[in-house]
Amino acid sequence: MAPTRRLRERLRWSKLYSFSCVRPSIPSDNEDPYPLPAPGCSRIVYCNQPRVHRKKPLKYPTNYISTTRYNIITFLPKAIFEQFRRVANLYFLLAALLSLTPVTPFSAVSMIAPLAFVVGLSMAKEALEDWRRFMQDMEVNSRKVSIHKGEGRFGYKHWQKIRVGDVVKVEKDQFFPADLLLLSSSYEDGICYVETMNLDGETNLKVKRSLEVTLPLDDDEAFKDFRAFIRCEDPNPSLYTFVGNFEYEQQVYPLDPSQILLRDSKLRNTSYVYGVVIFTGHDSKVMQNATKSPSKRSRIEKKMDKIIYILFTLLVLISLISSIGFAVKIKYGMPKWWYLQPQNTTNLYDPSRPSLAGIFHLITALILYGYLIPISLYVSIEVVKVLQAMFINQDLHMYDEETEIPAQARTSNLNEELGQVDTILSDKTGTLTCNQMDFLKCSIAGVSYGVGSSEVEVAAAKQMASEASNAPGQLSSSQDFWEDSGGGFGSSEIELESGITCTVEKPQKPRIKGFSFEDDRLMHGNWTKEPNAGTILLFFRILALCHTAIPELNEETGGFTYEAESPDEGAFLVAAREFGFEFCKRTQSSVFVRERYSSSENPVEREFKILNLLEFNSKRKRMSVVVRDESGQINLLCKGADSIIFERLSKNGRMYENDTSKHLNEYGEAGLRTLALAYRVLEESEYSAWNTEFVKAKTTIGPDREAQLERVADMIERDLFLVGATAVEDKLQKGVPQCIDKLAQAGLKIWVLTGDKMETAINIGFACSLLRQGMKQICVSIMNSDLGMQDAKMAAKENILMQITNATQMVKLEKDPHAAFALIIDGKTLSYALEDDMKNQFLSLAVDCASVICCRVSPKQKALVTRLVKEGTGKTTLAIGDGANDVGMIQEADIGVGISGVEGMQAVMASDFSIAQFRFLERLLVVHGHWCYKRIAQMICYFFYKNIAFGLTLFYFEAYTGFSGQSVYDDWYMLLFNVILTSLPVISLGVFEQDVSSEVCLQFPALYQQGPKNLFFDWYRIFGWMGNGLYSSLIIFFLNINIFYDQAFRAGGQTADMAAVGTTMFTCIIWAVNIQIALTMSHFTWIQHLFVWGSIATWYAFLVAYGMSSPLISGNAYQILLEALGPAPMYWAVTLLVTASCNIPYLAHISFQRTSNPLDHHVIQEIKYYKKDLEDQRMWKRERSKARQETKIGFTARVDAKIRQLRGKLQKKSSTFSIQVAS
Amino acid sequence: MASHDVVEIVDRYDSACIPRNMSKDKVAYIQNAAVDKTCFRTLKVLKNMDQPIYVYYQLDNFYQNHRRYVKSRNDAQLRSADEASETSGCDPEKTTADGAPIVPCGLIAWSLFNDTYSFKRGNENVTVNKKGISWKSDRDHKFGKDVYPKNFQNGALIGGATLLNKSLSEQEDLIVWMRTAALPTFRKLYGKIEVDLKANDTITVTLENNYNTYSFNGKKKLVLSTTSWLGGKNDFLGIAYLTVGGLCFFLATAFTVVYLVKPR
Repeated sequence: MAPTRRLRERLRWSKLYSFSCVRPSIPSDNEDPYPLPAPGCSRIVYCNQPRVHRKKPLKYPTNYISTTRYNIITFLPKAIFEQFRRVANLYFLLAALLSLTPVTPFSAVSMIAPLAFVVGLSMAKEALEDWRRFMQDMEVNSRKVSIHKGEGRFGYKHWQKIRVGDVVKVEKDQFFPADLLLLSSSYEDGICYVETMNLDGETNLKVKRSLEVTLPLDDDEAFKDFRAFIRCEDPNPSLYTFVGNFEYEQQVYPLDPSQILLRDSKLRNTSYVYGVVIFTGHDSKVMQNATKSPSKRSRIEKKMDKIIYILFTLLVLISLISSIGFAVKIKYGMPKWWYLQPQNTTNLYDPSRPSLAGIFHLITALILYGYLIPISLYVSIEVVKVLQAMFINQDLHMYDEETEIPAQARTSNLNEELGQVDTILSDKTGTLTCNQMDFLKCSIAGVSYGVGSSEVEVAAAKQMASEASNAPGQLSSSQDFWEDSGGGFGSSEIELESGITCTVEKPQKPRIKGFSFEDDRLMHGNWTKEPNAGTILLFFRILALCHTAIPELNEETGGFTYEAESPDEGAFLVAAREFGFEFCKRTQSSVFVRERYSSSENPVEREFKILNLLEFNSKRKRMSVVVRDESGQINLLCKGADSIIFERLSKNGRMYENDTSKHLNEYGEAGLRTLALAYRVLEESEYSAWNTEFVKAKTTIGPDREAQLERVADMIERDLFLVGATAVEDKLQKGVPQCIDKLAQAGLKIWVLTGDKMETAINIGFACSLLRQGMKQICVSIMNSDLGMQDAKMAAKENILMQITNATQMVKLEKDPHAAFALIIDGKTLSYALEDDMKNQFLSLAVDCASVICCRVSPKQKALVTRLVKEGTGKTTLAIGDGANDVGMIQEADIGVGISGVEGMQAVMASDFSIAQFRFLERLLVVHGHWCYKRIAQMICYFFYKNIAFGLTLFYFEAYTGFSGQSVYDDWYMLLFNVILTSLPVISLGVFEQDVSSEVCLQFPALYQQGPKNLFFDWYRIFGWMGNGLYSSLIIFFLNINIFYDQAFRAGGQTADMAAVGTTMFTCIIWAVNIQIALTMSHFTWIQHLFVWGSIATWYAFLVAYGMSSPLISGNAYQILLEALGPAPMYWAVTLLVTASCNIPYLAHISFQRTSNPLDHHVIQEIKYYKKDLEDQRMWKRERSKARQETKIGFTARVDAKIRQLRGKLQKKSSTFSIQVAS
Repeated sequence: MASHDVVEIVDRYDSACIPRNMSKDKVAYIQNAAVDKTCFRTLKVLKNMDQPIYVYYQLDNFYQNHRRYVKSRNDAQLRSADEASETSGCDPEKTTADGAPIVPCGLIAWSLFNDTYSFKRGNENVTVNKKGISWKSDRDHKFGKDVYPKNFQNGALIGGATLLNKSLSEQEDLIVWMRTAALPTFRKLYGKIEVDLKANDTITVTLENNYNTYSFNGKKKLVLSTTSWLGGKNDFLGIAYLTVGGLCFFLATAFTVVYLVKPR
């Protein structure tokens, strides 16, 4: 450790870096030269004196963070309030309150008990979820950081204990616990590298630097007497601004954002930094940025609310009918009904005031018919969703073994929404890719090296192979190639379409991270035997020299690891090392490389003097170093985007241009990231002339410094000689192309929103098969125009509008049904395209395109795009991402999915679901989403059905009681109906129902379309179920009434009284609705059987028990089953009759539907049932390919396109052949 | 069908039992305690009726299921003598004017049906057995053996029947009456005739037409009926069964045909 550290401390990066690290010298003679704007800048921090901040007025919030919704005191009132915001619950609360008055048709307990049960359960769920949030907060709060405890000693403390003014020492790869002011770092010039992935999702490291004046504070001891004073802005959410003054030793220095280390960013490549805490806890910028995650509700639930309103309307309607009926009866009938003693009545029945009685009765009726509104619906749904969420959490197929992270449904109320997704908006880095680069291929001197295939190629080749072997000459394809192979490629021979057999071996030796190159022509020093060995040598030198990385000796293995700003660079260095050019040391001015020309030789350590370093930025798209080698020759080594390099080649440097660009295209198609490498030999005089100019530019102070530097750099980076190109695989996460392919087959649209540059994004597009050769790419972008601001804006807008309209025209005019379009748009253009007047055109174009890639988009734009899609198309959107920059998008989308793989919890915290890997999305949507959607849809429909079937019988009965509000059922029956007797089967339906098994779901992704098309919860189906409920209620009521109308029902000759009729009717209802749900279910386990038949059994058991209880409790139901109904054959006969007639129409309907108009899953169910899939493989496959959605993205589409192309060629050939034969 | 074996004689007597001269104001007639309410009806037995023959009275347009009516009782009071003063829910027939609790309280008991029937075949008296017409559990557990009527029908308003000074569990008419009917048209068991009636027998019924259904235009009927194993005469059940069964059969055939003609 020690030597590297010393080395590091000696490095002054500011000398080497040309663009970012030159500090303008600060005039410091003025006493207070930097007045801060008065308002909003009131924060005062006494550094190293946290005690001062314990008391007001300098008492700031502690570093404790809490994201919970409730605390112990507020839980009860707040949660209860939340519960009764639901209109149905409020209604039931009112009903319960009114049930304490004489208006009520039921006893009070029968109203209050279910409500208490339902609300209690929901609140328990809330409490549980909040507890989990609390635990997560605790985990963060109890992280530890080293803090100055006084007297120059540092010790570890929990994050939550940190106060403003504390001096903390953050070590490498630790998160910053709060917003800090950087004082010093392990580097001599106070630089540190920060990874802000959690804040803005950018993966490249950012350089922060401390003030010059605090540089000496680089030791624990130095803080013994450190005192300083900071005056700065108040807490605010802006991540990129900071204003403040730093007063130290009677001097005032201005502060800017580059000294601020933000909470939740991470220290990289730097051993340690010292910083003083400025903002803690909720004051920190990242917490200020955290928006309350909006509570999301699923589409189904919103629709369910509408149904509830419909039912409310129905409820009010029939209540009005019965209260009018009641008033009429009271007025005209009651005076004659002497047996009711009309002269001795209260207001409720006063015949002289029928309207008043009617109004009272309206309330009674509203309560009485409350059974139309399923009280237990919400709670059942909640229970079901929690259980569904448990299934998602427990699903082993979504458990990542490497990181040991399972999938997690963080909110359970969006499960069914997963089954209705139409558009997926995905982040790239960390979501589709692992942000790890692998050196895979290269092209040197016009020769392509590297036999390894990228994942995309492998996957496509596999598909091709299976096409060829399974269905020769047939376009329809089956794609079971990865289902059985379990995702691992390789070990099998793959026939490419050209007949070349390439063997993909499983890497036997331990894989080197960042290096998957395989080609013996270059490895083990064999390159010296190649014809262009000189160029190859140069190529390797460029790899080893042209970078900004630092080597780090791994003491265990003796090898070097590299800390590079970008993973590409790391991959290059690893590659160079493997080729025998090991970058081993960097000093202020030199780079040392151990060169080994063949495996037998001992390495030679060579020193290259780095004269200048022209770094990479997104505008230049290239980087160069000027080096002097041991022979004294000066070379400019340059690497950059191919387009940039190619236009800077000298005349004789273009030898390999054609071949190289051909290779570059191939690499691009294979989804690889490419860079071109070039060099230039500089004459000593030429260099020194340039260098003076460069130094001049470097020391310029002022706004045009950057421009100057760029201009000078541009001067030297000319007349290059092309050496070759590299192809790096931006390693996709495991299974991403397959997953995208399946999702595309399921009919989902996939948009990629990335902060990366366009080229990278396009490469990834190819890698994921979102793009393919032959797809028409519509790139919408604007040139940088330096006209006046207003003009430029107008011009740009017009330009974009034109591009969009042109593209739309093109898409419209396209005749070829297989033509696919891809829209690629960058962030700047997007900012115009998202403006109100243009966004609709943009959206309509984007919707017509098979894939959409937005690059260089800011987190805000991600959210805006998401909102545009969500609101513009009205379809369900799903956003998936892993970084804090995706939070906006995740919160905005209907469903937010966070990737909980690598690092950072922001996205996960904001998400509704979290998965460890992108590929689990397939299962989450296609299996769980599909199931949950159907389950919830069927469950809600069934709920309405059963409550209508039950509730309306109450209404019919009213008509026979003079609308007096008497119910035919015992209070207890009604109480139990929703809560016990019919709830468990429907819950088991909601939890366990599967139309087809998960394997089938995955094999037939097209089944997923049932969700987005909303086949199971459209109004047709809802009203169908309601109609079924209406029918059942009519059957149940009128059959019973007619049968029990006046005749004796039992052997003793007794006629049926109200208890007997009510009980029989209720028995019929229980049977009818339970048989109905048994017919609805298509998947039975013992649990369903237990619940369905158990519910019926429970009813009888209850009846017996109730009958045996004291007659004071059971009233007229005393002994009803054992004495009266049980022995009466009539009772059983009626039960059978009514149950049968209630269910015949449904049975007929589903039978008819299955025979004449089967849905996809019906067909599959039948095939499965008859085991046809085993007997008749061909049919199974045919069905599967039929069920595939017409798709334009994914490699299935790619293969289809390829096959079409080949077929076209074949036809041409055969036609020419036949012509030849004819002639 | 079992229903066809059931023989039923129904005789509506409410209007027929009013003397001609009083048919203009039926309510006045029925409320006039001074008028003799005895009425004679002749019934013809069309088919053989095997004993037991059940005697029912059937009321029409009588809302025994009205909420005000159904609630107006107190089970605790009926069950045990100790709870005699427990009259909650019995409004408006709770207590007498001076506050003494009425046993049995409530509107149901108060409006107890009080027409009586006696039967003669030729000159031979046919006895009506009024024992065992109620539910056994009611007699044994719901109406106390030690509960005797108190202050019953003593108020200003006289409703229906008065009760004998017997324990409530023996007052089966009351017990039957207090099983409120589900519908405004209902039959209640009056008693059993435990002799066979032959076809063409003529039965003379002597009835006391006391109960006021005239106020609300309710019909009163006397019903004699046998039962089968399934209960009373219930053609509807049979028809319904045949219909549903037929429908099932039809659907089954239809789908079988479809399956055979066009298998998947």
